[in-house]
Amino acid sequence: MTSYLIRRAVYGFFILVLVNLLTFALFFFVNSPDDMARAQLGAKRVTADAITKWKQERGYDKPLILNTNSSGAGVVTNTIFFDKSVKLFVFDFGRSDQGRDIGYDIGTRMWASLAIALPVFVVGLLVTVTFALLMTLFRATYVDFWGVVICVAMMSISSLFYIIGGQFVIGKLWSLVPISGYDEGFSAFKFLILPMVIGVLGGIGASTRWYRTIFLEEISKDYVRTARSKGLPELRVLFRHVLQNAMIPILTGVVVVIPTLFLGSLIMESFFSIPGLGSYTIDAIQSQDFAIVRAMVFLGSVLYITGLILTDISYTLADPRVRFE
Amino acid sequence: MIKPVMLWTDALVFLLLAVITFFVWTVYRHEHLAAPWRKVGHSASGMAALVVLSCFVLIGFLDTLHYRVSIPGKDGKTTYAVEVLSALDAMVGPLRTQKEKTYSAPLATHLFAKETLQGADGREIREFPRLRYGGAGLKDVRRDHVPDVLQRAALGLGAGLLLWMLPVAWVCRRVARRSKSGLRAAFLSIARRETQVPWHAILLAIGAVCIVASPMAALASQYHVFGTDKVGQDVLYLALKSIRPGLIIGTLTTLVMLPFALALGIMAGYFRGWVDDVIQYLYTTLHSIPGVLLIAAAVLMMQVYVENHGSLFPTTVERADFRLLFLCLILGVTSWTSLCRLLRGESLKLREMEYIQAAHAFGVSHARIMIRHILPNVMHIVLIAVVMDFSGLVLAEAVLSYIGIGVDPSMNSFGSMINSARLEMAREPMVWWSLAAAFSFMLVLVLAANLFGDAVRDALDPRVSTRKAVPAAPAKAAA
Amino acid sequence: MSAPLLRVRDLRTWIHAGENVVRAVDGLSFDIARGETFALVGESGCGKSMTALSVMRLLPEAALISSGAVELDGVNLLALPETSMRDVRGGRIAMIFQEPNLSLNPVMTAGEQIAETLRRHTPLEGDALEARVLEMLDAVRIPDAKQRRHEYAFQLSGGMKQRVMIAIALSCNPELLVADEPTTALDVTIQAQILELLRDLQKERQMSVLLITHDLGVVADVAHRVAVMYAGEIVETADSGDFFAAPRHPYARKLFDSLPTANKRGRPLAVIPGAVPPLTRVFEGCRFVERCEHALPSCSSSVPAWIALGAASGVRCQLYAPEMKSGLPAESPTASAPAQSTSAQTPVPQAPELGAQMDASNALLRVNDLKVHFPIRKGLLKRTVGHVHAVDGVSFAIPRGRTLGLVGESGCGKTTIGKGVLRLIEPTSGAVLYDGEDLIGLTRKRLRERRRHVQIIFQDPYASLNPRMRVAETIEEGMAALGVGEAGGSRGMGTERMARIDALLVEVGLPPDVKFRYPHEFSGGQRQRIAIARALAVDPQLIICDEPTSALDVSVQAQILNLLKDLQARKGLSYLFITHNISVVEFIAHELAVMYLGRIVEHGLVDEVLREPRHPYTRALLSAVPDVDTATQRQIIRLQGDLPSPVHPPAGCHFHPRCPQAMPHCSVRYPEMVLYGATHSACCHLDSHGSARKA
Repeated sequence: MTSYLIRRAVYGFFILVLVNLLTFALFFFVNSPDDMARAQLGAKRVTADAITKWKQERGYDKPLILNTNSSGAGVVTNTIFFDKSVKLFVFDFGRSDQGRDIGYDIGTRMWASLAIALPVFVVGLLVTVTFALLMTLFRATYVDFWGVVICVAMMSISSLFYIIGGQFVIGKLWSLVPISGYDEGFSAFKFLILPMVIGVLGGIGASTRWYRTIFLEEISKDYVRTARSKGLPELRVLFRHVLQNAMIPILTGVVVVIPTLFLGSLIMESFFSIPGLGSYTIDAIQSQDFAIVRAMVFLGSVLYITGLILTDISYTLADPRVRFE
Repeated sequence: MIKPVMLWTDALVFLLLAVITFFVWTVYRHEHLAAPWRKVGHSASGMAALVVLSCFVLIGFLDTLHYRVSIPGKDGKTTYAVEVLSALDAMVGPLRTQKEKTYSAPLATHLFAKETLQGADGREIREFPRLRYGGAGLKDVRRDHVPDVLQRAALGLGAGLLLWMLPVAWVCRRVARRSKSGLRAAFLSIARRETQVPWHAILLAIGAVCIVASPMAALASQYHVFGTDKVGQDVLYLALKSIRPGLIIGTLTTLVMLPFALALGIMAGYFRGWVDDVIQYLYTTLHSIPGVLLIAAAVLMMQVYVENHGSLFPTTVERADFRLLFLCLILGVTSWTSLCRLLRGESLKLREMEYIQAAHAFGVSHARIMIRHILPNVMHIVLIAVVMDFSGLVLAEAVLSYIGIGVDPSMNSFGSMINSARLEMAREPMVWWSLAAAFSFMLVLVLAANLFGDAVRDALDPRVSTRKAVPAAPAKAAA
Repeated sequence: MSAPLLRVRDLRTWIHAGENVVRAVDGLSFDIARGETFALVGESGCGKSMTALSVMRLLPEAALISSGAVELDGVNLLALPETSMRDVRGGRIAMIFQEPNLSLNPVMTAGEQIAETLRRHTPLEGDALEARVLEMLDAVRIPDAKQRRHEYAFQLSGGMKQRVMIAIALSCNPELLVADEPTTALDVTIQAQILELLRDLQKERQMSVLLITHDLGVVADVAHRVAVMYAGEIVETADSGDFFAAPRHPYARKLFDSLPTANKRGRPLAVIPGAVPPLTRVFEGCRFVERCEHALPSCSSSVPAWIALGAASGVRCQLYAPEMKSGLPAESPTASAPAQSTSAQTPVPQAPELGAQMDASNALLRVNDLKVHFPIRKGLLKRTVGHVHAVDGVSFAIPRGRTLGLVGESGCGKTTIGKGVLRLIEPTSGAVLYDGEDLIGLTRKRLRERRRHVQIIFQDPYASLNPRMRVAETIEEGMAALGVGEAGGSRGMGTERMARIDALLVEVGLPPDVKFRYPHEFSGGQRQRIAIARALAVDPQLIICDEPTSALDVSVQAQILNLLKDLQARKGLSYLFITHNISVVEFIAHELAVMYLGRIVEHGLVDEVLREPRHPYTRALLSAVPDVDTATQRQIIRLQGDLPSPVHPPAGCHFHPRCPQAMPHCSVRYPEMVLYGATHSACCHLDSHGSARKA
């Protein structure tokens, strides 16, 4: 198992290398630093001096990958690629194009993201699995039928409408909670309820349907018939046998998400003005701050790979076949 | 005189239509391919959804036939207007041209906000100004407005019902002819849901479309059915124009990603070994980048590129079109991985099938085995993925456009409608109609797509359907 | 006679499949007495499993019991509310299923699954529960019960899993055990163990057993009474002894006749023409009438009544009506005259016996020291840490026009040999000489030229044809790839190939017009015929038959075996016939090789090996085969444990850990081959060291 995990980690490293190469190519081969400077400085007729100055300030004045003027290790290290990409591996995110310390920003903002994403994830998981189990228990009845109908209808509504509708009804009409905003510590609670409810609601349709499919597939297997032939009540069959076996496919889809919760949700945070990484990213996108986008791409990949490794570990807990390999 | 304009996405739409036509033709000619689709045809919800979807597709298609109007030049040479129009624009003519000054509520005759006007006597009064086009034909606005609206709606409804009678009659005749019974009996069997094809659902869906669309059309000639937006554009027109980008993203994305997903997925599963390793490495990498961020990065870079190479895109329409196409491409890049993984898994299973072993025993080439044996047996997965992905992509478009990395701001789309409507919700009194229009159009489109997708999946997925071998067709052969 | 434990009366179970209603069980009545093993036997699709599930009320959702009664001790189970039925399930009636691999919960330990039943039906708790679980594991003869209790299904072998299933079923001392094909998925030696276990437990506990099976041999082994099912109803019921001495119903007789055995070798097997009628239709006459050679005109117009013959037996056939007096002429089921067969098959001319000696120079295919090892990679760098010795040094030769049968249990490597010969799996070392040319080491291109001489047919008729290709395309594929016949123009295939396809289809007994159909329109037997036609399309000299009849019912198996024999006689084909079924080999093969754990342990002419087996494994294998001939008393040689892993084969003779006659030096060295004549050889120390041999 340990050697397997080491293998996965090494594999993850190589994935990150490719991610870096890809983003680097995307950012610097399509557009030269000059293009970026021109786009950033805005005006069509910027002087060459202004461009040089802009590049210098942000470290874009070096060769892309190989620095032939340098000697020794400098051939590789004294380049934009090294500065902007390789340093990411030691989580040195550098400064944004606007001059902010990205590492510090991420460190302070990710907790707000987590504060909203984690409850949405946990509550959403519980709610949808419960609904799916209920629908499985009442399969081939009207409960199941209308459950599916409602799920399809709910998943046909754009998440934007859930947010706008929720803000309007709960926040504005009923004035139960503030429409948007954020606070430090426990007082953040009242700001978090609304996004949490909306986040859970928005995910019910698709997830419930997905879990229901998994449960229905599991319940048609032979061992379930064996369990019934023992005279076990249906609820026990469902919870002891079906749920435990369905954990394996469920974990595949669920565990990988957990680390990426730090990244927050882009639209949620922007709608509710929560100072998390999601809104940070949106701001960066809208102000065309490439350095932040690049850092977030890298961070996202790191978290995803962490998720993959966590998934592998979770299998060993859920599936004895993996545990005893 | 008009001059047809073929944008990049238009060309791809025609290509897609050609592919679909070819596919339908192939399916039609092969009984075993047609069988599962007949099952789709027997699903009531699926067929009703298909009716609604076809309406959207029709609107989208009309909006794809682009042209430029000629302007007679001074010296006999004809020049063409810069503005690119579509067949849809021509058909809904007044909706596009009749712009008000700013917001007005649905079916209103006056603007939404009071303005300072110069009264007849020269005094300044604050009042709701009269709309330029909304209810323009009314003599006495106060008295005639409501009766006129009702009258038009009723007329439209009547016309819609009449219109509905046509398909009803046609279907009855068809059913009667097939079952060699009378029209009445045919009608009753449809009403009792006894026909194998769920004509009742199809006709009800057509009826619903008629009943909704016809009064709307009747009212739209005189009023703004969904009101107007901030710059006085008719919201119904905006909503209609938003359909094409949604459909384009929902379909072209799949079209561009399909060849990669198919080729790589099948190769990975079939060859295994290092080919599999490389392909898996590739798609795990792409999958590890958060989709939105990859799209954001790509769109940002594209924006910079377009800004610096403005000469390549002379008109705004072309620029918007390029951006739409690029969005499809990059969405395709982020979404092919899951299909690729599915195909890889299925190919891994299929390669061990005995008929493929038998092909190996004949020395059949790898390429031929993949094309003749594996590809046809994974097509159902591809079709299910295509249909199921569609609705997700339409929804994604809205979110991306909202964030500002979706379609070009100059292009109408559901996302941009919602984006602008979001701020209007905060107004006092609230401007709700843009949002309502976007919501209802999107809901109907996505719901129909989801229902149709479900029907397709139920029919094509062997895991869902109960697989039963049909025993002994030529019984005499068994002896 | 006391009241029966289970009374089934007029049971009807219907399956709703779309618009059709399949009457899977259609008016079934039978009784099971206390302490009796009652076998329900029939071919696939006759409704026997549905009957078992109806008794348990565990039917799939599409199936419904539409009428009838199932009385346990006089209480109608069908009228019980679901909650009371749950007390019956697992408590008074328990069930074991066919697939032990799928029937156990993969994420629960064996002990936990037994304990679950006990907790449901008994007040046992704590140590008492624990003790009872261990007691049950002991009762089903699982060694190391204490340790196995904590193991998961994937850690147990197939036989062990079925033992755990039995332990689960019997833990609450049920009065009735429903066993649905309990040994079908197991190897013969394991089947013998499980059947013995079931028989012993049944005797010990005075339990009733409802045994569902398709295997007449299994019935003969354990059943007290037999009922034969056909197309949803019982056509004959009799005491086991009477039944095997003289089956009454024409269908039952035909089943016996179509069993392949050695003494039928010279002539074609009897076949039942046609197929089981679809159960969606309503029958107006006897369900068997279309396939019955004794049918009377009245058979197709009136439904035959149940005719009781004695206390516990009866038959559903007009021939036995009182006014008919005679019934069917009595005849021994195992020695039915071939002249009676009215099948369309022409009598098969027997291939000339080639005499006793295997002429090495005449060999069409010669395999020398073939090894197929699969590397096992593990650890950080995926280094090869070991090998699965799937095939470990196998040599044999097949002369022209002859059949070599390769038998062995699952996992012994016999299928790997077949694929290795064709290089569908790349052999590790050794030589495969076809007509003197070594196929191993040939380039892809050179190999392709050789491919038309050696072809293969597979086990699963449903997986062996591409569902997306028409029959003609399937058959043409090989011709196209190997350039047989002229290629067609742009519009499909050429006329020469078309004509050839027609001829091939006729050759395998299918009408030529089926060539435009797709595989899903055919039954299993028909698909297998198409697969044979596909192989024949390139005119091969040697066909590797990889369990071609294992997935088929006996009557269909008979058709395919007849066809293969017929083709051999007409075309002089050679077969490498891979199977686990000894009786099929007896019927079709000239020579026989017995495999154990990647090696051939005994080799010789069929008669030599089957009459005078020399290797202890061969003897055990042969003794374990259930026999319908109840007259001969056989002594089953019980093998200990399971097949060892081919990763680490036991040192010395691979068989010694399970061998009843193992000697100390057996674990030291692999035995040399010992010749018992010109053609018969075995690898065993018993003779090579001249030790006293107890035959």
